[in-house]
Amino acid sequence: MPNVKTVVPYNGTPEQEARLRAVIAEHKGQPGATMPVLQAAQEIFGYLPEEVQIMVAEGLEIPLSEVYGVASFYAQFTLNPKGKYQISLCLGTACYVKGASDVLEAVQQRLGIKPGSITPDGKFSLDACRCIGACGLAPVMMINNDVYGRLTPDQVGAILDRYE
Amino acid sequence: MDKKMVTLKINDISVTVPEGTTVLEAARSAGIKIPSLCYLKDINEIGACRICVVEVKGAKSLVASCVYPVSEGMEVRTNTERVRHSRQLTLELILSNHRMDCLTCARNAHCELRELAAELGIDAVRYANDELLPRIEDSAPHLVRDNSKCVLCRRCVSVCRATQEVGVIGCNDRGFATHIGCAFDRDLSEVDCVSCGQCIVACPTGALSEKDDTGKVWAALNDPTKHVVVGPAPSVRVTLGECFKMPIGTNVEGKMVTALRRLGFDKVFDVNNAADFTIMEEGTEFLQRLKEGGALPMITSCSPGWIRYCEQHHPDMLPNLSTCKSPQQMFGALVKSYYAEKAGIDPKDIVVVSVMPCTAKKYEVQREEQRMANGCMPVDISITTRELSRMIQRSGILFDHLPDGQFDPMLGLSTGAAVIFGASGGVMEAALRTVVEILTGGEMKPLEFHEVRGMKGIKEAEYQLAGRTVRVCAASGLHNAKAVLDGVKNGTMQYDFIEFMACPGGCINGGGQPIQPADVRSFTDVPALRAAALYKQDEGMPIRKSHENPVVQAVYKDYLGEPGSHKAHELLHCTYVPQKRYRTENKF
Repeated sequence: MPNVKTVVPYNGTPEQEARLRAVIAEHKGQPGATMPVLQAAQEIFGYLPEEVQIMVAEGLEIPLSEVYGVASFYAQFTLNPKGKYQISLCLGTACYVKGASDVLEAVQQRLGIKPGSITPDGKFSLDACRCIGACGLAPVMMINNDVYGRLTPDQVGAILDRYE
Repeated sequence: MDKKMVTLKINDISVTVPEGTTVLEAARSAGIKIPSLCYLKDINEIGACRICVVEVKGAKSLVASCVYPVSEGMEVRTNTERVRHSRQLTLELILSNHRMDCLTCARNAHCELRELAAELGIDAVRYANDELLPRIEDSAPHLVRDNSKCVLCRRCVSVCRATQEVGVIGCNDRGFATHIGCAFDRDLSEVDCVSCGQCIVACPTGALSEKDDTGKVWAALNDPTKHVVVGPAPSVRVTLGECFKMPIGTNVEGKMVTALRRLGFDKVFDVNNAADFTIMEEGTEFLQRLKEGGALPMITSCSPGWIRYCEQHHPDMLPNLSTCKSPQQMFGALVKSYYAEKAGIDPKDIVVVSVMPCTAKKYEVQREEQRMANGCMPVDISITTRELSRMIQRSGILFDHLPDGQFDPMLGLSTGAAVIFGASGGVMEAALRTVVEILTGGEMKPLEFHEVRGMKGIKEAEYQLAGRTVRVCAASGLHNAKAVLDGVKNGTMQYDFIEFMACPGGCINGGGQPIQPADVRSFTDVPALRAAALYKQDEGMPIRKSHENPVVQAVYKDYLGEPGSHKAHELLHCTYVPQKRYRTENKF
């Protein structure tokens, strides 16, 4: 899934930035420093916005394109922060054959975002995930810790409306 | 020190090569060609495409010969049924994701991928994807990228990162979604691309091409109200012939002039003439800085790729840049002032077209600080050597049949000093020829400054001139420029005068020059052959020093005054400003 540039304004704190600078200093000059630094950066900021990747690129003295190449290659890295409400929609085999893609389409329509991204107000983030172990309830969607099962596309609006 | 030699057998032929040689190179020395796609010697040696696979006795699977080093007693087979089958299948899979609009593609008959398909005998693409749509990115002034034709060989990425140390493109995403792009898939115009075009000449397919401005030139030529003036850069005369199947390093100056005239240009001038003005201005500036203690080292400003790199990566060095406009811009400025006045033509009715070895020149002509006091931009359209060759072809001009022509003299007469501008070290040498005479008062013998010639990335020399040591450096390829600047900043390198060219080897190897396929580039020193033709022309010229050019002398006498005069400054100089590397506000 191609990454989507985040629409949420960057709001890293000086403390977070200082922590990242320390990690960069620790790894600078070592071969293969990009991965551990990006992992640490994601731990510190929760995601890898452009501002953070520029900091990594300048700190390690490597091109931003190289940093972004790594960040966009590995599924473990996310370019978007998580929303106040994190939606995970299962696209595993059971959910898929029970119509999860239609439900996903309905969520996308409603929120105007694609999987891997976040609404501009930071309220909802959307991810498509693999099996969450509730195949009996397929198709399944989780919003934070709430589980919704046996979903149909027409239920999506009412469910999302419950979250303020 | 002699390298240890290794003997191996390739297709039962015994080959002895230095240790560390790759199987592909060893085979080549034995007269065996191993087809390849992603391989571009010294630039991209990553074994990514698997076209160059061979059988090595004892190895579990086929190996990529472009990265596989030879070893003693090794037995290699390059042409077995298994190898041929594997290459065909690989290429078919590459083609399955390649938009095959070959007939209308910018690369058309010059495409390495197409050539490879013919060579490997691909007679059908079983998995062709006919639904691929163009994926055009044309935000920058110099380049068009169509990722639907990209084979992900990564040559462009390597040349951008390693040779140019700019690194604005990379591989984004993964798996089937993998594509070449800028970080965050920003447009090329939004990142710190220097427009050098080295990615274009490295690309084996039509995925990268220069932005074609020939349409604008045709429109100007067809407009009876416009007076259209053309000037080719020094290096174009020794490369244009390659587009017409002439050997690399053929000087076609005379034919080029005739072709330009037959295309319908009202005046065929020479940017070499402007290069002589550049030397007068730059030489004067250098002498002034030496005498009055200006910012040293002084750094040349002819290469717009280098200028942009400096503005973005080394803004602290901007005071060191010569304030001279590049020869292209001086050419345009002189046409739209001196020539316009002499010929009695309103500069607004003149269209200046430059033929350049360079894609960054397309960017340079748009730069606002170049604008003249009369409101005109010095140059209206900048086309590359390749674009000129296409115009000549389209006009039905049989290039190799053309008689030699002469430039229009008013701004067409030039010297040997100007013609060598096209090779790395040439601007330095040309400047020294003039500066030395002014400093010492006498003629310098010999006239050649061999220390700054050649294809080495960084060349340095010291000259004793009128009781002082002048230390000079000529570097080409932006990674070498970076190395020199790092050295200058940390004090390990000390110079008075530096020439930087963005492209390795200088303009003769520019991003707008004829594209030689990897198969030629990997085994022939293309830039050296082209440069040799320039030095040969210089040697045979009656006048070899810019200050002895009678046109230059006349223009200063009648029009500009002295080199470095107020009027010369107004027309021929400009200043550069720092530019941001990233478009996002970077708070760190």
